[in-house]
Amino acid sequence: MKGFGLLFASQSAARPAGRRKLPRLRFLPLVLLALILAAGSADEKRIAIYGASTNYSLPVVDRNGHEYVGLLEIVEPLGTVNARTDGLHWRLRYNDVEADFTNGQTRAKIHGKDFDLSSTFLLEGGRGLVPIPSLYALLTKILSVPVSLNEASRRLFIGNVATHFTAQLNRTTPLRLVMNFTAPVNPTIATEPGKLRMVFHREPIVPPGSPTLTFDDKVIPSATYFENNGTAEIDVNSSAPLMASFSNDGHTITIAAATSQSNAALPGTPLPPSPAAPANPAAVIAPVPTTQLAPRHFFAVLDASHGGDEPGVALAPDLLEKDVTLSLTRRLRQELESRGISTLLLRDTDGGLTLDQRAIFSNTAHPVIYIAMHAAADGKGVRLYTALLPAGGENNGPFVAWDTAQTLFLPASQLAAQGVAAELQRRQIQVRTLSAPLRPLNNVTAAAIAVEVAPPNTAVKDLVLPGYQQNVVSALANGIVSVRDRLGAAR
Amino acid sequence: MIPRHLIFAGGVMLLAVFSLGIYAGRMRGRVTQAETRSDSRPVAPPASGPTEPVTLYVAYDEPGTLRVQRSAIALPSARQQRAEEVLRALLEIYLSKNSPHPLARGADLRAVYLVTPGIAVIDVNAAFANGHRSGVLEEELTVASMIQTLNANIPDILRVKILVEGRERETLAGHADLSDFYDAAAVSQLAGQLQ
Repeated sequence: MKGFGLLFASQSAARPAGRRKLPRLRFLPLVLLALILAAGSADEKRIAIYGASTNYSLPVVDRNGHEYVGLLEIVEPLGTVNARTDGLHWRLRYNDVEADFTNGQTRAKIHGKDFDLSSTFLLEGGRGLVPIPSLYALLTKILSVPVSLNEASRRLFIGNVATHFTAQLNRTTPLRLVMNFTAPVNPTIATEPGKLRMVFHREPIVPPGSPTLTFDDKVIPSATYFENNGTAEIDVNSSAPLMASFSNDGHTITIAAATSQSNAALPGTPLPPSPAAPANPAAVIAPVPTTQLAPRHFFAVLDASHGGDEPGVALAPDLLEKDVTLSLTRRLRQELESRGISTLLLRDTDGGLTLDQRAIFSNTAHPVIYIAMHAAADGKGVRLYTALLPAGGENNGPFVAWDTAQTLFLPASQLAAQGVAAELQRRQIQVRTLSAPLRPLNNVTAAAIAVEVAPPNTAVKDLVLPGYQQNVVSALANGIVSVRDRLGAAR
Repeated sequence: MIPRHLIFAGGVMLLAVFSLGIYAGRMRGRVTQAETRSDSRPVAPPASGPTEPVTLYVAYDEPGTLRVQRSAIALPSARQQRAEEVLRALLEIYLSKNSPHPLARGADLRAVYLVTPGIAVIDVNAAFANGHRSGVLEEELTVASMIQTLNANIPDILRVKILVEGRERETLAGHADLSDFYDAAAVSQLAGQLQ
């Protein structure tokens, strides 16, 4: 706002200089303003916030070498909030939570308890600025919901709002890459020689198991996912011009290699959600009728165990269980989705969830199967676990005891474990099936198994070999598919 | 007037008394330190007295199994103390030099409480849990071997609870659940799977 003030002051000051210069000076503020805005928008750092009911992005400011964002602006769209300045103190009240920050201090108080920011709190013109690295811990305490933060790309997920996607290449004529999203999407689509770019400004898209998806095809060899400055982007690489079309209420984007035949088949009307016009006129983006997708009744919840402050096993000095489980789970999602099984990942970033939260989120989603991934340094191959139910836990009428909620589903869990074990054995991967006192298996009201993946041999580093991980998750997916009918019937 | 040689002799004697006092004080301090150090190790079953046969379910990390091991140890007559001695015998194996399932240094059993009807509470120290290796199978082997060893030697135990320093803990080392009571029969079945 200071910029506006200076511009108009300069206009007032110019008046006495002479009337002849006035017409030219009248446009000067507008020109300067346009230049400033243009320059600012090109380099402006932003953070994207994805909430359950709204998605938005906010500007990020640099102070003393740290990145800051206004805390009030983040929480305002999410609930009842008010903030007031009292001397050096800045107090924020969100629903029932009171937070007290002091200008220039790292220590704050949330709900009366001490909280340390990663760098000092800043109070600028009544606006409370907090360092971005502290947002995960800070918002978890203030909002009381799971929060995930990708600090490098500045993307903040509040609640379980992530949108997952899978990509499957259909070798039809024309060649089609079908991308299914778990929620409607509306990306900016543009083409350039050799690729089609989809930029997701407002969608909480999360990365697939591997940032590069390969399709073993010369025309569409791969798609690459990356994220930066609060946006996610998927680039589909191709040796031919591509066309993108939306269907299934925005859940599906079909990308087809353009041929003269296909150009004639698709209407050339521009796509509404594409502000960036296609650079290549040959690439026509058009809506097509909703595709006839097979109904999906089989739904799996995938849980990358550990995360956040809870790293799990330190498999090696620079290899934590939480990272391996996330990698395995993302790969498993892709494998299951490519076999027509819908999935929900409970954790798709380095966010922490309690064991109770994992069970609650899974039970709320009503899946046919819940799969928790673990990793181990000891032993070889894969160990499959079903719940070892604790003592007690008597049901009371329609209310099922939390600790033994798995009881009715244990036969289905054992069936799933047998199916997966058979497929792993078929691939000559060492496998062992056990019951284990491993939460939240006993709290889940669906078939529930935990998969502990150990290295293929004695070398722990081989646990992260893409080929090994892919072999294991592919066997898991095949095993689940082999029993899907019986699991569905059991349900 | 006291003769000079008597004064001299008295002085020498007083000096000797002070020196011996200081020496005795230091020796006492060393004994106390040694006793404190030995507190961090599990107390072995009493060597004296008549021995009785016990069945221990010993965890072997390689290949991740429980093996039955017969042993003979001196046991007290009280049921609660018998439970403690049996588990201490098991821990002694885990803390030995060639342990098949190593536990952290200083890991120990604080107490076992037998509560009617059929409830056993195993209380381990902080070093036991804080230093335990993390992993589903590693933690499961520890829990199953302790509960099944108790099952095999102390009759009529139906449910077992594991505490750390007298307090409930969510997991042993990130995996094995410690928040619930273990069903002794279910653990017996698990021990069968692990053999």
